[in-house]
Amino acid sequence: MSNRLLYTLPLLTLVIMAGFFGWSLMSGRDPASIGSVMVNRPAPALAAPALFEGGAPLGNDLLKTGKPVLLNFFASWCTPCLAEHPLMMRLKEREGVTIIGVAWKNKPEEARAWLAKLGNPFTAAGTDYDGKLSLDWGLSGVPETYLIDANGVVRLHYHAPITEKDLNDTILPMLKAGK
Amino acid sequence: MRIVAALLALLLAFPALAVEPSEMLPDPALEARARVLSRELRCVVCQNQSIDDSAADVAHFMRVAVRERLAAGDSDKAVMDYMVVRYGDYVLMKPPFKARTLVLWLGAPLVLLVAGLALFMAARRPTVVPVAVPLDAAERQRLDKLLDR
Repeated sequence: MSNRLLYTLPLLTLVIMAGFFGWSLMSGRDPASIGSVMVNRPAPALAAPALFEGGAPLGNDLLKTGKPVLLNFFASWCTPCLAEHPLMMRLKEREGVTIIGVAWKNKPEEARAWLAKLGNPFTAAGTDYDGKLSLDWGLSGVPETYLIDANGVVRLHYHAPITEKDLNDTILPMLKAGK
Repeated sequence: MRIVAALLALLLAFPALAVEPSEMLPDPALEARARVLSRELRCVVCQNQSIDDSAADVAHFMRVAVRERLAAGDSDKAVMDYMVVRYGDYVLMKPPFKARTLVLWLGAPLVLLVAGLALFMAARRPTVVPVAVPLDAAERQRLDKLLDR
């Protein structure tokens, strides 16, 4: 290697690094995201006690209605859940989407009070106080939202509160396509 | 005396453990296996902490699940696979060696190899010592003048 070429090496390194950083900023890459192995796999078993007294416990039949459904893990102590709650209400009231809710590590009475105060967007609601259900779904915390298609395959897994953009760009088109 | 007692108490104090007593298995052999596995499993919300160290909710649930699997008679490998099926390779503190992780495993040794090779080649290259050209008469005269000789 000629010397002159060697001298451009530091500059070249800088250019490569700047390029990578620039790309990371622009492409919306999230280094904290751990991804999900659930997507494009048949949904794990759904089984949890009912959140409301007298309600039916959650079962696999809820995922086999021939229509795509959303599964949302939440907790009354979770602020991001509060942030996404209006979107859940909109999905239910305006779009008529079936949403299954699971209160995660949340005392049932507290979850019930939270829903009574803010409105209940869930067609069916269960409680997962001891995390038994969440582990099978690869849950890392709350809120997390899954979209299960009409064939019972997981299509989306959000590790964060859903946003207006997620709703309009991804969730609604996918729900409509699955009808 | 009181200070000595206080220091002694400090020495004997148990470090804060993430593993809660209520989680522990009654069988010490199984519990020991659970501890080993817990150190190999990454807490999925803590970037770089094992579930054995983490106080996160999900880490607690994962520790309990590891112990349940072991108590049910699962092998160590079955327990690890159980977690990988649910959380992917990310859950392993030590990533597996496969095509997707080649750069991760071989990147640093490769850089070291290239750098070592470059160093070796640079060291082997004969250093050219420039031969000093003796001064001619005029230059010597000028030097003497400058040095006031």
